[in-house]
Amino acid sequence: MAVKNVIEAVREALREEMQRDPKVFIMGEDVGQRGGVFLATQGLIDEFGESRVIDTPLAEASIMGIALGAAFRGMRPIPEVQFSDFIWPAMNQLIGETARACYGSNGVLQVPVVIRVPYGGGIRGGLFHSQNVESIFFHTPGLKVIAPATPYDIKGLLKSAIRDNSPVVFLEHKKTYRLVRGELPEGEYTIPIGQADVKRAGEHITIVSYGLMLHYCLEAAEAVAGEGIDVEVVDLRTLKPLDTETVLNSVKKTGKLLIVHEDNVTGGVGAEIAALVADEAFEYLDGPVRRLCGPDVPTMPFAQTLEDEYMPNTDKIVEALRRQAAY
Amino acid sequence: MPRKKSTGSKGSGDAEVAIAEPIEGLPEGLTTGDLVESYTQMLLVRTMDERIWALNRQGKVPIAASCQGHEAAQLGSLLAAQKDGRCFLFPYYRDLGLKMAAGLTPTQVMLSFMGKEGEPYSNARQFPMQGADLDHNIIQISNVVGAGLTQAVGYALACRMQDDDTVVLTYFGDGASSQGEAHEAMNFAGVHRVPVIFICENNHYAISVPQHRQMATDDLASRAQGYGFPGFTVDGMDLIRCYEATREAITHARTQGPVLLEMQVERLMPHTTDDDHLRYRTQEELDAAHQRDPVSNFGAELIARGIITPENSDAIKAEALKAVNEATDAAESAPLPDPSTMWDRVYSE
Repeated sequence: MAVKNVIEAVREALREEMQRDPKVFIMGEDVGQRGGVFLATQGLIDEFGESRVIDTPLAEASIMGIALGAAFRGMRPIPEVQFSDFIWPAMNQLIGETARACYGSNGVLQVPVVIRVPYGGGIRGGLFHSQNVESIFFHTPGLKVIAPATPYDIKGLLKSAIRDNSPVVFLEHKKTYRLVRGELPEGEYTIPIGQADVKRAGEHITIVSYGLMLHYCLEAAEAVAGEGIDVEVVDLRTLKPLDTETVLNSVKKTGKLLIVHEDNVTGGVGAEIAALVADEAFEYLDGPVRRLCGPDVPTMPFAQTLEDEYMPNTDKIVEALRRQAAY
Repeated sequence: MPRKKSTGSKGSGDAEVAIAEPIEGLPEGLTTGDLVESYTQMLLVRTMDERIWALNRQGKVPIAASCQGHEAAQLGSLLAAQKDGRCFLFPYYRDLGLKMAAGLTPTQVMLSFMGKEGEPYSNARQFPMQGADLDHNIIQISNVVGAGLTQAVGYALACRMQDDDTVVLTYFGDGASSQGEAHEAMNFAGVHRVPVIFICENNHYAISVPQHRQMATDDLASRAQGYGFPGFTVDGMDLIRCYEATREAITHARTQGPVLLEMQVERLMPHTTDDDHLRYRTQEELDAAHQRDPVSNFGAELIARGIITPENSDAIKAEALKAVNEATDAAESAPLPDPSTMWDRVYSE
């Protein structure tokens, strides 16, 4: 198997799905000749032409609205928002219209749209190139939200998202794009939406995480293994619909839970998981459910010291694991 | 009313709408039979509109936006789309006449306003006639004004990608013309020469805010020039002119790209059943608007031209009243949606 990085996995998924289905097309800012600012769509305009790889005006609301309208006619658009931070002008189309189109037409309208969203921090992006936006979409019925962490998962889930008939917010952590490498099988494969993956089996503490933080969690689990703390790491991969079964099974086994995400702590994905465990696995708990998440400040700031202060990292996770283990 | 024309920077030639003066003969493709049919539809729409308002006052219809004053613009443009046969519509919340005349029965319309089982757009999940009526080539997801414009452009873009020569007509009010998405939709459509017609039913009020507080121009159609396509102002109280302008715009959109049609209309009723327009309009202004009523004036014109007699007109009105009475009875006795269906179709099944 070839070892590839996350951005290559994204590009492979896009190319394969565009080859498979002529209804699939890409639209967004700089996705054509430039190949996208992260080069996710590099070369696709040469292979599929400018009618299927559309450089749009710099206007996110219309990127989303036009994608939605094209989906109504049976196309399968993949709009790209250049940075998650720029998604806010498209929010009415995405949350107001796209998420409600199927329900609001009593199921008559299908909305096979995948909006690709490079997100997340730790890359000196400051307040407007680092944002975590997932909790807003996680809260919205009608949307599916996917946030994979590895090349294998991102390719398999992006292909499934493109084939799904409901709208998908597909979150790609931009720091993983070239940092994270992994094996990609040569042949065709997909990964079902809505299935978490136990990335590391363990007996003492469950960590639930996703995205960039998953990798820090795996490092931290390895770091405390020598201390006799055996950590199970659950990678959600799909945030919505949430794989409650995998989360609950793990917590029922270990009795302790640490939730790690980069997004702000209040009202985040972790809050919902904590509520789920309190509701359905209360009697299995041997200690309090704890969250190690981004603090409630508006995104990680630009200066290195300030960004570091915001970001959860391996050391902070190790510290939190020791605290859970000691309880 | 003479039509003003704003010439786009390119491609405006084919959209010349040669109706500067009142016409003697009928425009291409239009028969006297069409006029009688349109008048019949107009009266049915008006009778329905008045009944819905009354039912609101009786507590039987929660909300309604009247289309009184907009009927000629809606039915004239619809007639052109229907005669073309290859059009798709993205209307807005005031397009009762358009949605009704596109093919719904009076009972279906009344089910919509009463929120009953069998409502054709969303099975009563949404405000009346909002959602999708694909049997009649109509989508209107929301009443966030302007949001449908970019969707219409996307729909038209997809038609072209599929080598399908459908033209999309998207309707909006002068209020929606202030939305950023109105700009974004027209800009994209201009750049990509998308087969779409932007039809602004300009009634000069965004709820209570008059046109001069919405835009620093009298001529909304002139915006088209900035997007590189033609724009025209049409007397929206004249069904024949709205038909002809739309017919020519369809040809232009199919072959050369977008057109903006500003149809100048009057809003004869308050914004919705929850509004009182005397808080911001004078009775004199409203009286003058009613003098331009497109339904009664069209009927008078048909009689003056000898196309129908006053007796014919009375008979058509009586038929409309009968149909609306029957629809009211049918909808009142229709069941409400089963509460358990609330959970259905959050996602595609």
